[in-house]
Amino acid sequence: MATNNIERTAKQLVLTAQDYSLFAWRALMNLFSPPRYWPEYLVQSDIVGFGSASIVLLSGFFTGGVLALQSAATLSQFGATAVTGQFVSITMIRELGPVLTGIMVAGRNASSMASELGSMVVTEQIDAMRALGVDPMRKLVTPRIFACISMLFFLTIVADAFGILGGGFVTVFLNHQDGTQYFSKAWESLRYPDIIQGLVKPLFSGYIIASVGCFYGMRTTGGTQGVGRSTIQAVVNASVSIILVDFLVTRVLLALFPPL
Amino acid sequence: MSEPPASVQPDSVQSSKGTAPAPDVRPVVVFRNVSIAFDDKPVLEDVSFSVAPGETRILLGPAGVGKSVLLKLVNGLLRPDQGSIQLFGQEIANMPEAQLFPMRTRTGMVFQEGALFDSLTVRDNVGYQLISERVPDDEIDARVHEALRFVELDDTFALYPASLSGGMRRRVAIARALIHQPELLLYDSPTGGLDPVTSTTIIELVMKERDVYRTPSLMVTHRLQDAFILCTHRFDEDQGCMVPLPQGVTNPDTTFLMLEEGRLIFDGSLHELLHTENKFVREFLE
Repeated sequence: MATNNIERTAKQLVLTAQDYSLFAWRALMNLFSPPRYWPEYLVQSDIVGFGSASIVLLSGFFTGGVLALQSAATLSQFGATAVTGQFVSITMIRELGPVLTGIMVAGRNASSMASELGSMVVTEQIDAMRALGVDPMRKLVTPRIFACISMLFFLTIVADAFGILGGGFVTVFLNHQDGTQYFSKAWESLRYPDIIQGLVKPLFSGYIIASVGCFYGMRTTGGTQGVGRSTIQAVVNASVSIILVDFLVTRVLLALFPPL
Repeated sequence: MSEPPASVQPDSVQSSKGTAPAPDVRPVVVFRNVSIAFDDKPVLEDVSFSVAPGETRILLGPAGVGKSVLLKLVNGLLRPDQGSIQLFGQEIANMPEAQLFPMRTRTGMVFQEGALFDSLTVRDNVGYQLISERVPDDEIDARVHEALRFVELDDTFALYPASLSGGMRRRVAIARALIHQPELLLYDSPTGGLDPVTSTTIIELVMKERDVYRTPSLMVTHRLQDAFILCTHRFDEDQGCMVPLPQGVTNPDTTFLMLEEGRLIFDGSLHELLHTENKFVREFLE
């Protein structure tokens, strides 16, 4: 009995992975052939980009602040509090900015995409769209994916900037250190590979957030309860995938641009 | 039990039963030995029937026998596991989704609960197909007004679906299905869950489309009274309402299909339906 359950679960996992791969590939390829729905792209960019700006800004600011607080406590033991700026800027830009932004946006937008599309599925609006001769993949999924990729890129820059600002705020007003030293160290220590690493990751995270959110939304079954289930699956899988892919991308980028 | 009409079909009417269209006229829809199952549970088994031009076919059966599934197979929203489905003379059972979209624009479908897009106004819902075809706004407005006048809801133009009653939503859904002047209409329980007065209004609209535009249709229902009204009445354009047909006359182009546990157990006219020996049909009618 237990073996059967394991076998069934394994098959289900493989089938889901296969379905997701086909879904995500088709959504991506739709951009290279008409019809394209640019107004939908702009609407989704506003929802994902402007709509998520406040949470990304706040989480970035306070994460930078916490980094400055924690690092200053440790660095002071070695008399190295002067490098707090370097520590905060590199950590934010290379790692925490992209990952935190991805997870915050996944919590807000993967859930909203899954629940919105899921509700449309259970109320037959997706079938109605198909019956009216419109491809829901092109109309609903592809614009969300490209809006999410492009907006996450800019949101990550916002998170990085506000993270460094937050670190600066803590350094100056709580740790009573020199602000000029903090910002000059933060700036001087950055190299192009750090920036590249920080800006490549959100492209993957954006793709994951929207494709996972839409995937679980579009395969919703079982009425309103099913919508709730899809929303949970979308957020959980998107968040875990972001961290997993972040690890893989970091490994590849570190191999391409080894640290000095 | 709904009171069946007292009228009896004349012989001439029976002989012109819609399932046998003139040889030179291709059926709009042809099902041949169609089967479909979900999770290994058969939903439809070996179903065969056709819809001729100008014909209205009423699909009867209790809840859960596969009526809505059958309707979704007609325009390719679902694909059969076995069998052949022809729509407008083209085989669609294995047609790629991209080729099905233009085919579907030639059909109009009214879903069970209307399936209106919540985030769009009535204007954008009804004109959805025209908007996606990038028709100029002025023309869209004019055609949406025309479609809404057909269902007598012109004053809902700027409203959102959430502010409409259940009956109004169905009528807007009918307007959406009609705006592209479809060559086939599919109605999925258009009167389900509505009060008798609103149901009659909806049936009158179905009849109006049948008698004024002669659009072939397939209508799913489990309400016998709706089916009988469609057979025993016609839409009078001069009076702007439906009127009963003379005693003993029924609409020759309105015929019946009946499903029992996924199998088609009846295909014929009202007269044949009322006089069938099939035990399940008799129980359903009673």
